[in-house]
Amino acid sequence: MKILKFFILIFIIINFGNANSIENSNEELRNKISKNIRCLICQGQSIFDSQSNFANSMKLVIKQKLNEGYTEKQIYELLKDQYGQWIVYDPEFNKKTFILWTLPILLFLIGGAIIGRKLIVKKF
Amino acid sequence: MKNKFLLTFIIFFAIFSFFIFLKALNNSNVYIADNIFKENLVNFKSQELFSTKEILSEEIFKDSEFYILNIWASWCAPCRKEHPILMKLSQNSQVKMIGLNYKDNFDSARNFIYKFGNPYSNIMTDKDGVISIGLGAYGVPETFIIDKNKKIIKKFIGPLSKKNLDQIILLVK
Repeated sequence: MKILKFFILIFIIINFGNANSIENSNEELRNKISKNIRCLICQGQSIFDSQSNFANSMKLVIKQKLNEGYTEKQIYELLKDQYGQWIVYDPEFNKKTFILWTLPILLFLIGGAIIGRKLIVKKF
Repeated sequence: MKNKFLLTFIIFFAIFSFFIFLKALNNSNVYIADNIFKENLVNFKSQELFSTKEILSEEIFKDSEFYILNIWASWCAPCRKEHPILMKLSQNSQVKMIGLNYKDNFDSARNFIYKFGNPYSNIMTDKDGVISIGLGAYGVPETFIIDKNKKIIKKFIGPLSKKNLDQIILLVK
């Protein structure tokens, strides 16, 4: 009987640990998503940082969707459908955002070329 | 010569930037996704404010007519400001007004309606704001115009003005 009690106790402890780790990983994912979602009514804050009504409801929606089995990508897609590309801090590469993505690289290359040319001219 | 050209360029650039910023300041900084106007109204389940009965959105948006969905709350001052306009709109037989009470206390919401009048044919409640997020709303007040095919055709963020009222009347004609 004692052995049985011991095994039940071990079983409960293991399961409790598992449940805790699932909850923790869910919370980590929830925080990760929240940090990448823009609070549309705040000034330069993610919904993770904001305590506004909008941000609190959005956090709740993310929690519900994760519990329903949505993946991170599916949640972003859903929110982009409702609020547009602007809702995510990490916009995808498309015809509307290509300047945003390519301009810094282009400026970096042009700047590098100018500096490189000056250095070469100085050397000779 | 080179310096003169540079100076002219800088002055021209400064004037150009000034007008760009001036124009941007006058633009609305609220961004509305284009997608919202292509989609059908999402279905949701909610509690009715007065009867507290659970109700499905399909049971409310069932007729082939124009609907105005207004998100409001008793604690929201701009909602009080737009209420007379909603009362006027409710007299229009072309539309059916639906209210969505946002993150509110039931008693306060009912008192608000008793005090200022009820423009809505149905009032649903959104206790935690999840339904509003599903609709793509930002907060209160917000108004959606839904056509006969249950598609959102227009969205007004913030309190409705007299100008908005005329726009709505034109839209639902």
